[in-house]
Amino acid sequence: MTPLIKIRDLHFNRGDKVIFDGVDIDIYRGKVTAIMGPSGTGKTTLLKLIGGQLRPQRGSIVVDGEDVHKLSRKALYALRKRMGMLFQSGALLTDINVFENVAFPLYEHTDLPESMIRDLVLMKLQAVGLRNARDMMPAELSGGMARRVALARAMALDPMMILYDEPFTGQDPISMGTLVNLIRRMNDAMGLTSIVVSHDVAETTQIADDIYLLSGGKVVDQGTPEQLQKSGSDWVEQFMQGLPDGPVPFHYPGTEFADDLLAGEENR
Amino acid sequence: MIDFIRTLGRWALGTMERLGRATLLLVQILTGIPELMMRFSLVVQQLFYVGVLSVLIILVSGLFVGMVLGLQGYNTLVDFGAEESLGVLVSLSLVRELGPVVSALLFAGRAGSALTAEIGLMKSTEQLSGMEMMAVDPVRRVIAPRFLAGLISMPLLAAMFSAVGILGAFLVGHSLLGVDDGAFWSQMQAKTDWYEDILNGVIKSIVFGFVVTWIALFEGYDAVPTSEGVGRSTTRTVVHSAFAILGLDFVLTALMFGE
Repeated sequence: MTPLIKIRDLHFNRGDKVIFDGVDIDIYRGKVTAIMGPSGTGKTTLLKLIGGQLRPQRGSIVVDGEDVHKLSRKALYALRKRMGMLFQSGALLTDINVFENVAFPLYEHTDLPESMIRDLVLMKLQAVGLRNARDMMPAELSGGMARRVALARAMALDPMMILYDEPFTGQDPISMGTLVNLIRRMNDAMGLTSIVVSHDVAETTQIADDIYLLSGGKVVDQGTPEQLQKSGSDWVEQFMQGLPDGPVPFHYPGTEFADDLLAGEENR
Repeated sequence: MIDFIRTLGRWALGTMERLGRATLLLVQILTGIPELMMRFSLVVQQLFYVGVLSVLIILVSGLFVGMVLGLQGYNTLVDFGAEESLGVLVSLSLVRELGPVVSALLFAGRAGSALTAEIGLMKSTEQLSGMEMMAVDPVRRVIAPRFLAGLISMPLLAAMFSAVGILGAFLVGHSLLGVDDGAFWSQMQAKTDWYEDILNGVIKSIVFGFVVTWIALFEGYDAVPTSEGVGRSTTRTVVHSAFAILGLDFVLTALMFGE
């Protein structure tokens, strides 16, 4: 089976800081693949690279047979119509209401009659349980609702895949549960491929088919949630179980505490 | 010394880079304009926010500037017995200079800063990025309509400013100071030239509208996506616009009336 997204030898720097240092990832059709890792490992950057918003220094990302960074602008935009992305903030347009937000991609990319757009939008909103919130403005929504609206919008054009950027961050337990279920259900019901970037281990392992663990610019480990839970590596164990200390130290590296205390005032 | 030269060099390089980015943005905007003609409703919407909402400040300021011009002009002219030329004085100063310049300065403060803040916040809340991922080019969808709206609004606002200013001067000159109304209007009509004065003023205001809107949109689009960054960009819009307006005004005046 050929993967829907094939990432090979990906190198990406931001200034002097190396974000990716030779990353290979395969994402298969119909599956929920999670990209996990501590904060600052460039998980969001990876999504932006897949979406063609950033350009890698080296390596390739092939999505559905097309090398994202070799496409013309027009072809890239055509590819993006087949990708949905759920931003961490939701990224809803704040000057229009929920209905218009979900209808936005339809108005921009299709010539469908008004009545059909209405039906499509209501269907998408029904799927995320917010049909009756259609007249609300984004500022009136809670964080969880905003993310669900954004999910409805990401699905508006019936994409082949959806990229989720930290979908669980800052959610209360109820909306967290709702989102976890939605992502899995949508994926299976609509035949999507989902890529979930997250550092919420418990939620992500519930729904992921495959997990890639990133750290220090490299893939540290990969496999099904069960495989990773049983991984022999100390690092993977620390991350998956959320232990405060281990290969990743609790303290930001630098001078010893005792030295700092004895250094007196002059070394603030 | 070396440090100073280094800082200067870095500043110069940074400025050139920003100029380059601003020019690229302008090119993207201009290439998006033909497409925009098919969806003019986007421009109309922005005309409301950029233009119509600036009307009040323009009208009120224009009225006061005109009234002050009327008072000051009268006081000078009356010494020479030339107070009936008040109409010419007022109309030429407004149409040639104050109309385009002051309304552009006000426009930069009212509409320019709002544009920068809006675009900057859209950037920092990932709305622009979100559009890109929905395969919608934010430059064409968000920036270009605002640019066109600024370009169209500015000359109209400057014309309103001048018209209201002349009215203000007339109120003060005729009703308060007793200048003959026939002389006021007829001398104004006789001495204000359509091409030389009015058209040149309109050209100025179009140039200012172009530059102010460009600066405002670029600053927003290029803003550092934090609250501090957007704040700085908004300040820069007002400051840079003011410099650009006053500097360009000198250049344009020298070209138009300089012989």
